[in-house]
Amino acid sequence: MNNFEYLQAADADQAINLRDKDINAQYLAGGTNLVDLWKYNLTHPAALIDINHIGINNTITENPDGGVRLGAAVRNADTAYHPLVEERYPLLSKAILAGASAQIRNMASNGGNLLQRTRCYYFYDDQVPCNKRIPGSGCPAKTGYNRIHAILGTSDSCIAVFPSDMCIALSALNARVNVIGLDGERSIDFADFHRLPGDAPELDNNLKTGELITSIDLPENGFKDHYSYLKLRDRHSYAFALVSVATALKLDGKLITEARIALGGVAHKPWRVAEAEDFLINKEANRENFSAAAELIVQGAKGYGDNDFKIALAKKAIVRNCMMALDPSSQQPGAQPSA
Amino acid sequence: MDKDKIVGKPISRLEGKLKVTGAAKYAAEYEVENLLHAYVVNSPVTKGKIKSINIDKATALPGVITVLSHINRPKLAWFDLQYADMDAPPGTVFKPFYNDEILYNGQPIALVVAEDFETARYAATLVEFDFEEKPFETFLTDHTEQARPPKFGLATALKPPPPPPTGDFEQAYQDAAVKVESEYQHGTEHHNPMEMFATTTVYNGEGKLTIYDKTQGTINNQLFVANVFGLKYKNVRVLAPFVGGAFGSGLRPQYQLLLCAMAAIHLKRNVRLVLDRKQMFFFSHRPPTKQNLKFATDVNGRLTAMAHTALSETSSYEDYFESVASWSHKLYPAPNTLFEQKVVPLDVCTPLDMRAPGGSTALHAIECTMDELAYKLKIDPLELRLLNYSDTDPSAKKPYTSKALRACYLQAAERFGWKNRTPEPRSMTRGNKLVGYGMATGIWDALQFPSRVEAIINADGKLILNNAVTDIGTGTFTVMTQIAADELGLSIEDVDFRYGDSQKPFSMFQGGSAMTASTGVGIVVATKELKKKILKVARKMDNFPFAKSDDKDIIFEGGRIYLKADPEISISFKEIVAFNKGRNIKTTNMGKPHMLKLRNYSKATHSASFVEVEVDIELGNVTVTRAVTAVAAGKIINPKTAKSQIYGSMVWGISKALHEETIMDKKLGKYINTNLGEYHIPVHADIKDMDVIFAEEEDELINELGIKGVGEIGLVGMPAAISNAIFHATGKRINSLPIHFDELM
Ligand SMILES: Cc1cc2nc3c(=O)[nH]c(=O)nc-3n(C[C@H](O)[C@H](O)[C@H](O)COP(=O)(O)OP(=O)(O)OC[C@H]3O[C@@H](n4cnc5c(N)ncnc54)[C@H](O)[C@@H]3O)c2cc1C
Ligand code: SF4
Repeated sequence: MNNFEYLQAADADQAINLRDKDINAQYLAGGTNLVDLWKYNLTHPAALIDINHIGINNTITENPDGGVRLGAAVRNADTAYHPLVEERYPLLSKAILAGASAQIRNMASNGGNLLQRTRCYYFYDDQVPCNKRIPGSGCPAKTGYNRIHAILGTSDSCIAVFPSDMCIALSALNARVNVIGLDGERSIDFADFHRLPGDAPELDNNLKTGELITSIDLPENGFKDHYSYLKLRDRHSYAFALVSVATALKLDGKLITEARIALGGVAHKPWRVAEAEDFLINKEANRENFSAAAELIVQGAKGYGDNDFKIALAKKAIVRNCMMALDPSSQQPGAQPSA
Repeated sequence: MDKDKIVGKPISRLEGKLKVTGAAKYAAEYEVENLLHAYVVNSPVTKGKIKSINIDKATALPGVITVLSHINRPKLAWFDLQYADMDAPPGTVFKPFYNDEILYNGQPIALVVAEDFETARYAATLVEFDFEEKPFETFLTDHTEQARPPKFGLATALKPPPPPPTGDFEQAYQDAAVKVESEYQHGTEHHNPMEMFATTTVYNGEGKLTIYDKTQGTINNQLFVANVFGLKYKNVRVLAPFVGGAFGSGLRPQYQLLLCAMAAIHLKRNVRLVLDRKQMFFFSHRPPTKQNLKFATDVNGRLTAMAHTALSETSSYEDYFESVASWSHKLYPAPNTLFEQKVVPLDVCTPLDMRAPGGSTALHAIECTMDELAYKLKIDPLELRLLNYSDTDPSAKKPYTSKALRACYLQAAERFGWKNRTPEPRSMTRGNKLVGYGMATGIWDALQFPSRVEAIINADGKLILNNAVTDIGTGTFTVMTQIAADELGLSIEDVDFRYGDSQKPFSMFQGGSAMTASTGVGIVVATKELKKKILKVARKMDNFPFAKSDDKDIIFEGGRIYLKADPEISISFKEIVAFNKGRNIKTTNMGKPHMLKLRNYSKATHSASFVEVEVDIELGNVTVTRAVTAVAAGKIINPKTAKSQIYGSMVWGISKALHEETIMDKKLGKYINTNLGEYHIPVHADIKDMDVIFAEEEDELINELGIKGVGEIGLVGMPAAISNAIFHATGKRINSLPIHFDELM
C-alpha cells in the first residue's frame, strides 16, 4: 500500500474542493470496497478525503413530498433497520440485508454501495488484461470463466455485472440520487445513475469526476403491501447474487395497477424493462402473466457459456418472486426462495 | 468408563481461552526486536523464463532494504535431496529462487524486504520483470492422454499403489446381471486455513536461527532449513505452539519458510514473512481428479466385479498422488477387481494432501456408484451395503483389528429416520421443496507414527512432557494432557504437556489422523518407564513403606503412590523428588506401532453418513437440512474435541459437495477466484442440523490405547451422501463436484 495523506472534510463544499485539488484523491466512506481495491493494487490514492463527518450526510429524514431521504454516509445496516425504512420501504430493507455480511453492512455506506465496483475475477487481477481496468487491453471474461457475468446489456468490450443488492431495490423504488460537484447540485434518476458498458466499460456510472453523493431520495410509495426480494447464489449468505429480483406491486383486488421488477446479477446496472411492467398493468396477478412479463424482461439475453443458465434462472426467479410479493410474509431470511 | 478417569471426558480445550482472547500467539505475531518485513512477488507468467529484473523503482522507495531473487540470492543447497522434506513426493523438489525458470503461475520470483509490511507490499508492485513466456498446459481434462503411472519414492511408502487385479474383471463384468459405469470429477481445492502462512525468523548470530513457523511438523521444517542452508541441526529451532488450521497444507515446508530464513541469513536480521490470502492459492492444493468406475453385481445384489481408475493432476516436477483407486476393495468383497491410478503432469504447483486426501475423492465416486446400483437392483441403498458387508479386508485378505461399521450404519439410520424414506426419486416433498435422503459409507486409515516423549516429574510433583508435535487446532494439547494424567493418576492441572518445538523429542508431522495414536502411545510408553524410575528412586528411601511389595501392587494416584491393598499409607512424588536431592526424575522413550503383531491385520476407521437435502422444485436451490454421521474410530479420548473434528469434517463434506472449487482459467493458466469472497466455503446459513454418533469400538490390537484417529473420517462419506440425497430429491445424478444449484433447476 502506497503512502497517502488523510484529510477530514467538515462539509460537502470542503470535500469537493479538496478532491478537486488532487487528481489522485478519493473519498473515503466505509472503505469496504476502496481498501480492497487498494490492497489488490488496483487503485493508489494519494489522499483520502474522509466524508463520514459531513453532518447532512448522516441522517435519514422525511421529505416534504412524503418521501424519505437517506444520507449518503449512513451505514447500510442502520438504513436497513431504520424504522422509516423498515415500515415504509421493507423491500429496501430486505435487499440490503441480503447483501454482504453483518460486519460489512455495519461499515458500508449508502453512497459507497452505489459506487461499488464489479466482482469480475479478471478485474481484480492486476496481472491480466481487462477493459474496465485498462481500456483497450481486452476482456478475458468473455472467453474465460464467466459464471458470474452478465447476460443483458453486455458489449463487446465488457460483460461485467454490477453486484449491489441495495441498488436493485432502489431501482425498483424509483429512487433519485442527489449529488454535489463544483458545478453545483443535481439530482439523478436512479435509472440514469448506472450505465451499460458500451465501449467505455471503465465508467460504471454517470457521476462526474469529483462529484459527491449527498443523499438518496425515496418517493412516497414504498410498496409495503406487495413486495419481495429474492437472491439466488452459490451459498446461502455472504455471496453475490447470480440472479436477484426486486418486485414491487400495487394491487386492486386481483388486478395489478402498478408493477416494478428489477433484476440484479445480470447486467452492468439494475435491469428494468418498462414494456414488461406496462404489460402487467390491469392484468391479474398470476403465474401466467408473471411468466409473460419475465419473457419480456430477459428478451435479448445472451449467455457466454458458463452463465447460460442465468437466462432460464432469471425467468423462473422473476415468476417466483412476483408470487412471493403477493404474500410478502413468504420471504425467507437471506432472501432465499419461499419455503 | 471408569468414573475417575479423565480419558473419555468431554473436556474443553485447555488453550481455548488463550485463543478466543487473542492471547495465543501465531507465527506472524511474535514480537521481535528490529524486525524486517518481507513480501513475496509471485510470477504472473505460467511457464517460461525470467529474462531480467529491474529493482530500481522498488529499492528507491524509502524503507525498502533489499529485493532478493535468483540473481542475488545467497548460496543454497545444490542437491535435490537436501531440499527434500519428509513428505516430498518423488521427483525434483521445487527450489524457490534457484534459477530463472518459471514452472507455474504464482511461483515466488522475488522477495522484497522492508522496514514495514505495507512498504514491502507496495514495493513488490514496483519490481519490474521481463519474461520469456512459453506455452503451458494446466487443465487436467484437456490432457488426459498424457496420463502415466506415478513414480515411486520415499513418501509413497504411506500411499501404496493400487493392488494388482484379482480374478478376471472384464469377463465378470461382461457376464454380470446388473452393472453401472460412470465418471466422476472434481476440480482444484485449496486448503485455506484461517491463519495465513507466516514465518518469523530470529537471527541469533552466524548460522543460528529461531523460527516461528506455521507448520504441521516442527522437526520436518527444522531439518529442511538446516539442509538447504547448510546449518547445523542444533542451531535451527522451529516453533509452532499455535497453528490456526492447516488441513495438510503444513505437511511440507512452504516457500515462505525458506524465503524468510534466506532473508534473515542474508541480512543477518530478524525477518517476518506473511503471505496474504491470494498468495495462499499459490502453493499446494487438492488435485483435480477424474475417476471412472465400473461395478457389477449378481441378480441378488452381491458385487461380483469392481473397476476403478483415477487420473489426477500433478506438477511438472514432482509426482504427487493420493490413494484413490484402491478403497472400494477394502470395503466390498468383489472377487474380480481392476484398479488403476495415473497422474497427468501439468504446469501447476505440486498438489499436497488435503483433509482425507484420496479417500474423500474415492468414496464420493464409490458410494455414488453403489447408490446407482441400488436403484438398478431396486434394493434399499443401506440394504445393499449390508448385503456386501465384509468383516475382513478383502483387498489384503486380512481381518481388521476392529470394524464397527455395521453399528455405524444401523445407529445412524435409526437416529436419522432412514426408514421414512420412500425410494422413488422426487417422491418426497415439503412445500416448494423436493426432499431427498441419501447415505454413504466412509473409510479412512488408522495410522500410527513413531513418537518420542520425554516425561519428567519435577520438585513440585508435577508431570512435564516434551514432544515436538504440533496442535493444529485439533485438540492435541488437551487430549495428550488427558492421556498423561490418567497414566500417572494425576489431575490435568498437574500435567504440563509441552509441544510445538523442534528441540523437543521426535514427532512426525501432524497428519493422517495419526497424532492421537502416535503421541498418545509415546506418552504411555514414557510414563510407564517414568513410573519405574520413580519407584526405583523411592525404593532407596530409608522409610519406604512398600519395600516388600512388588511394583505391580503399587498404584499411582493424585501425585502419590499407594499400595493397592492399603491406601492408608502413601508417599508423594514431591517427597520422592526431594529425596532425589530435588533433581527431576525423567525418562525419554519411543512409542512405536506394533509392526510385527499388526502385520496380520488391516486397520481402518469407518463411518456412515446420512443426509437430508431440500431442493427448490423450481429454482434448484439446495440446502443440507439434516446430517447424521456415525463414526467407528476405536476409543474416543475426548468426546468433545472428537465431535468437533467430526462436525468440522461434515461441514467440509458439504463444502466439497456444494461449494468449494478453485477455478483455473485455461487460457491464462492461472486460478482466478483467489479470495474467500469468491472461493466459497459454507457459511453459517448453509449449516443446519448436524449430529454425530461414536459407535462403540474396542480395539485391543491396534495400540496401547485402542485409538484410531478422528481428524478426517467424518468427511469421507459426506459428499456421496449429499449427491445421493440430491439424486433422491431430483432424479438427477450430478457426478461433478461441486454441484451447482442451477444444474438442478
Ligand atoms: C466480501 C464482500 C462481500 C460483499 N457482498 C455484497 C453483497 O452481497 N451485496 C452487496 O450489495 N454488496 C456487497 N458487498 C459490497 C458492499 O456493499 C460495498 O463494499 C459497500 O456498499 C461499499 O460502501 P463503502 O461505504 O464501504 O464504500 P467505500 O469503499 O468507502 O467507497 C467505494 C467508492 O465510492 C466512493 N464514494 C463513497 N462514498 C461516496 C460518496 N458519498 N460520494 C462519492 N463517492 C463516494 C469512494 O471514493 C470509493 O471509490 C460486499 C463487499 C465485500 C467486501
Ligand atoms: S467483463 Fe469487464 S470487468 Fe471483467 S474482464 Fe471483461 S472488461 Fe474486465
